[in-house]
Amino acid sequence: MLLIRCPYCEEERPELEFRNAGEAHIARSANIAGESDDDFEKFFFIRSNPKGIIYERWRHMHGCARFFNAVRDTISDKFIMTYKAGEPKPVKLPGVAK
Amino acid sequence: MAKAAAKKTAAATPSAERRAALAGQELSATGVKLAVLPPAERISLRVPEASVAALSKALGVILPRKPKTSASKAGRTALWLGPDEWLVIDETGKDPLADCAKVTALHSAVGISHRNVAISVSGPAAASAINSGCPQDLSLDAFPVAAASRTILGKVEIVLLRTAEDAFRVECWRSFSDYVFTFLSEAAGDAAA
Amino acid sequence: MSGAFRISGAGRLSQAKTARFSFDGQSYSGIEGDTLASALLANGVHLVGRSFKYHRPRGFLSAGAEEPNALVEIKRDAARKTPNVRATVQELYDGLAAQSQNRWPSLAFDVGAVNDIASPLFSAGFYYKTFMWPKAAWKSLYEPKIRAAAGLGVAPDQPDPDHYSARFAHCDVLVLGGGAAGIAAALAAAETGVRVILADEQAEFGGSLRFESGAKIDGRDGFAWAQAAITRLKAMDNVRLLARTTAFGYYAQNFVGLVERVSDHLQNPGRELPRERLWQVRAKRVVLATGAIERHMVFADNDRPGIMLASAARTYLNHYGVAVGRNVGVYTANDSAYAAAIDLKKAGVNVAAIVDLRDNPTGPAIDEARALGIEINFGRAVIRAGGKLRVSSMTVQPKNGGGERTVPVDAILMSAGWTPSVHLFSQSRGKVAFNDETKRFVPGIYAQDCVSVGACNGTDGLSATIDEAYAAGAKAAKDAGAKAAKGTKPKVDASESWSRGMLGAAPGAGPDTTVKAFVDFQNDVTAKDIRQAVHEGMRSIEHVKRFTTNGMATDQGKTSNMHGLAIAAETLGKPIPQVGLTTFRAPYTPVTFGSIVGHARGQLFDPTRKTAIHPWAEAQGAVFEDVGQWKRAWYFPKAGDDMHAAVDRECVTVRKTAGLFDASTLGKIEVVGPDAAKFMELLYTNPWEKLEPGRCRYGIMLREDGFIYDDGVVGRLAADRFHVTTTTGGAPRVMNHMEDYLQTEFPHLNVWLTSITEQWAVIAVQGPKSRDIIAPLVEGIDMSDEALPHMSVREGKICGVPTRLFRMSFTGERGFEVNVPADYGQAVWEALWAEGQKHGACAYGTEAMHVLRAEKGYIIVGQDTDGTVTPNDAGLDWAVGKKKTDFVGIRGMSRTDLVAKGRKQLVGLKTKDPKVVLEEGAQIVGDPKQAIPMKMIGHVTSSYWSENCGRSIALALVAGGRDRMGETLYVPMPNGTIEVEVAGMVFFDEKGERLNG
Repeated sequence: MLLIRCPYCEEERPELEFRNAGEAHIARSANIAGESDDDFEKFFFIRSNPKGIIYERWRHMHGCARFFNAVRDTISDKFIMTYKAGEPKPVKLPGVAK
Repeated sequence: MAKAAAKKTAAATPSAERRAALAGQELSATGVKLAVLPPAERISLRVPEASVAALSKALGVILPRKPKTSASKAGRTALWLGPDEWLVIDETGKDPLADCAKVTALHSAVGISHRNVAISVSGPAAASAINSGCPQDLSLDAFPVAAASRTILGKVEIVLLRTAEDAFRVECWRSFSDYVFTFLSEAAGDAAA
Repeated sequence: MSGAFRISGAGRLSQAKTARFSFDGQSYSGIEGDTLASALLANGVHLVGRSFKYHRPRGFLSAGAEEPNALVEIKRDAARKTPNVRATVQELYDGLAAQSQNRWPSLAFDVGAVNDIASPLFSAGFYYKTFMWPKAAWKSLYEPKIRAAAGLGVAPDQPDPDHYSARFAHCDVLVLGGGAAGIAAALAAAETGVRVILADEQAEFGGSLRFESGAKIDGRDGFAWAQAAITRLKAMDNVRLLARTTAFGYYAQNFVGLVERVSDHLQNPGRELPRERLWQVRAKRVVLATGAIERHMVFADNDRPGIMLASAARTYLNHYGVAVGRNVGVYTANDSAYAAAIDLKKAGVNVAAIVDLRDNPTGPAIDEARALGIEINFGRAVIRAGGKLRVSSMTVQPKNGGGERTVPVDAILMSAGWTPSVHLFSQSRGKVAFNDETKRFVPGIYAQDCVSVGACNGTDGLSATIDEAYAAGAKAAKDAGAKAAKGTKPKVDASESWSRGMLGAAPGAGPDTTVKAFVDFQNDVTAKDIRQAVHEGMRSIEHVKRFTTNGMATDQGKTSNMHGLAIAAETLGKPIPQVGLTTFRAPYTPVTFGSIVGHARGQLFDPTRKTAIHPWAEAQGAVFEDVGQWKRAWYFPKAGDDMHAAVDRECVTVRKTAGLFDASTLGKIEVVGPDAAKFMELLYTNPWEKLEPGRCRYGIMLREDGFIYDDGVVGRLAADRFHVTTTTGGAPRVMNHMEDYLQTEFPHLNVWLTSITEQWAVIAVQGPKSRDIIAPLVEGIDMSDEALPHMSVREGKICGVPTRLFRMSFTGERGFEVNVPADYGQAVWEALWAEGQKHGACAYGTEAMHVLRAEKGYIIVGQDTDGTVTPNDAGLDWAVGKKKTDFVGIRGMSRTDLVAKGRKQLVGLKTKDPKVVLEEGAQIVGDPKQAIPMKMIGHVTSSYWSENCGRSIALALVAGGRDRMGETLYVPMPNGTIEVEVAGMVFFDEKGERLNG
């Protein structure tokens, strides 16, 4: 069981309290109704599924109930960092070589 | 927001009998005592930063801003559950919903007195009993007196409040109370180990 | 005297406390503190099992958890039968009853042993090669036969009457292994005041100090020092000692699973004690002090009972006071077996000869053995063991060939060296490194916050071990946040030390031989099997392992791994590190299902949710159905009613007078805030801004892909407050869906969501008499049609308690849903029931609810929809706000395929024979005479007998369904094809007049 740092609770908490919510930083268009088929396909269906660094959403479901974002390495399954929903995608990752 | 809150006139005596879940159930094991607590008034309170002072004043208890904490005054406890969320429990029969109804500052107060059931877990092995199904560190360093958190017990969600070094209040939804009490009863039997 | 082989004055057990036990029906006497193994050995019993594949007679190899042979069944009663218990670990209690396994008709005469004679047939990969054809025979013939003949014990066939406990625990320093290293590390850490857990799989802490008679620490015997240290640790509040506890798995972020065997060693455990306790420990730092395991020598017939590890013989002698024979031989490739020979000799056991593969070793152990007059043969090998049910001799030959000599013995003690136990380190994802000089894998690159100390780290000698462990314990505590320590390091006064040894097959079992020199006793893998695997093309050690099963299953390569690897490397002609080590997997030793399941069985398997009104329904004899975790009243049979009769009666009564229905399980969410209507506009297809407070609307929620996700009636209590209902099963996911959008897509909205599902008990009162039933109990709400029209909501009181009274209908009749705070639910229900009785109302269950709504063509999300149905498909276009520019699903809904012609649409079906009720899920075709496979154009989603309509009714999803009104379609069933006519979805009161009836 992983420990995940909740950016709202400001501490690491057991994975049992959390739920993964898919890839992060996929913006829903303000004019979604007018979106082209291609754009909607990209928004709704296409996910990166990388080997390595992934930006993903988690919810502290059975804690503060907040959604937040996390950077995780899919190879080592280690969390690199977590940050609040709405904060920009971090460019510099602690402990990760470019 | 006041007029929208569930109306409640203090004078009227209900003719309908209140039948609380698990009313009066108790269990005693080596090092642990369980007791279903009497009904209390509760609200789920959602308050943006700017309104915290106003709501604190109206409720008579300062809403804590620090994660995993609670504040208590005169039988009324406010538990920090999330960055804009508190569970307010009043054990004196005073209705916090009515107090919030007077506040014009932006907030949401929803009555949940009947949604939750509270179980007291006390005794030197209380933390061990809860740790049977709760993955959090319940040492006094990590979870001191007055610490409060929504978390997991076995397969259900609970809200956990440490009321004393060796006493906790476990809150769960009404229909899960049977599971929680049974779980804690089984855990209590082995908690002194 | 408890056994003829018990040596008076030897060992640490108190002879006074005897324990009777039985093995295969024969009674024996042992001593409290014995293991089953030591007690049997004290009685001269070596033959305890038959091997996995060849059914060869087997005895004890070890004195610990690495035991591959001595697996027995312990039987307490009919339900408490535990197979595959290691006799070397099972503690003796008075009355213990054990049985050997994998033999028939008896242990000494086992028919299955014919496999041994026919063993050329059973070479490596035998199963893969032989039982390939015909394919069908695998399941019906081969597998059952093989399973019956091979394998280990038999699983119990009754429910487990024991209970199992579980605990999450946190500590600063977790020390795994309670030998000299573990105790030293625990002392150092504990003295700083941090939280320490020390776990060891044995009943008593001490590890190899149990047999190392040459160890002296702080002026006393090593084992005595260990017990004194444990007493000190036990007295500290910050220390938890877990004996009889195996760390079986090391997971991410220092999360370690341990199983504590609480009562398997007790004669009468009593009902209170769990059998086992699962500890899930999160540690800031972990100290691995898991020791090392002695390896056996790989020579012909090295599995004969009486042949065992030298350290095991020493343990039986020095701890249990048991001699494993009267005339023992020793076969070794390192010094540690000398210590065994010396201890035994001093205890009066004859040591026939020490056979040492090494050419001219020197050292104090050798000198002492020689001084005791023990015959020592250097540069020689034991090439074969004699005897069958018990070893009777060893045949010795110079290692490079030459004359043979047979020495009669009744036991052989062997040592090929020691393998560091890196299992947990490896599980932690650490990478091992091969030390070429000492020929062993030791911890290399760490992946977690842990440290290895002592023998598992390849550290030789007690002094070095204590130094290393004490320093590591102190550092672990410091790293975990401790302040300076104030203890003193234990001082080693005398110690034993040995290292080196050999890997692989010994002379006489080398290439070009066909002898059975076992590498893996548990899986019956010989040196020859490993060579054969390589010859047949296995290059990777992982393939060799699977082809031969070497080190697999419960054994996890404790004794076999390094030998297997060395033989494979030799055959491949590659150095060992290039061949690599196989992965060690959890669990280290087998873990019971019971301890994994813990509390989650019986009543606690899953929560059973009951409504506030449940006790009333139960008292009325309701039959319940499971809806998710909820128990819901399905129907209320009267005496003599079957389900059909009860449902018919309930359906008719609701439409004739009225019915009461417990709708408490419906999900309910209070949406509050100035932007509540804006939020509702975004989450539901319908328009909400203009819905007046006090009015309700049926809402549809889509996913972003445009498909129906949930539905429910929503009441607007105030401009800034909505009372939203969801389906019963959808409640948690709808809440999550709404929170997701609110928090991450529309965080600018000032609105908050609260689940109120359990705050309110909900009593639906439906039927022409519904208002008459409710009105007398209500205060403060005008119940007239003008004041409270269909689809409206008021707050007021009922029976003196607050209510949110909805006028709404899921039956098509005049109807209400009375929400009251849950604790009042049953009392208000009873009051309504009493009123209802005056009008002949009934209570109805979920089945009647389903029929009544289907008669009106109201859909149930999840039954009539399946995640691929759009509002248009369901005929619900009217509920989609045409002028809206945004809501979740607006874009998905307009995707090409979702607006294409010919989509499956929800329609009604009427069977040509009104008595025939279709099966839900049945497929629909246009032409029943077409060739198979037929083109299926739809399926039945809901189907019931409708007593109110006097016929069967059904809803179905049919391709282009709304253009097929009146068309005849066909439902092919096993007993014939059913003709149906496509109809509208409303079967009853098409004009909807009864809503105000």
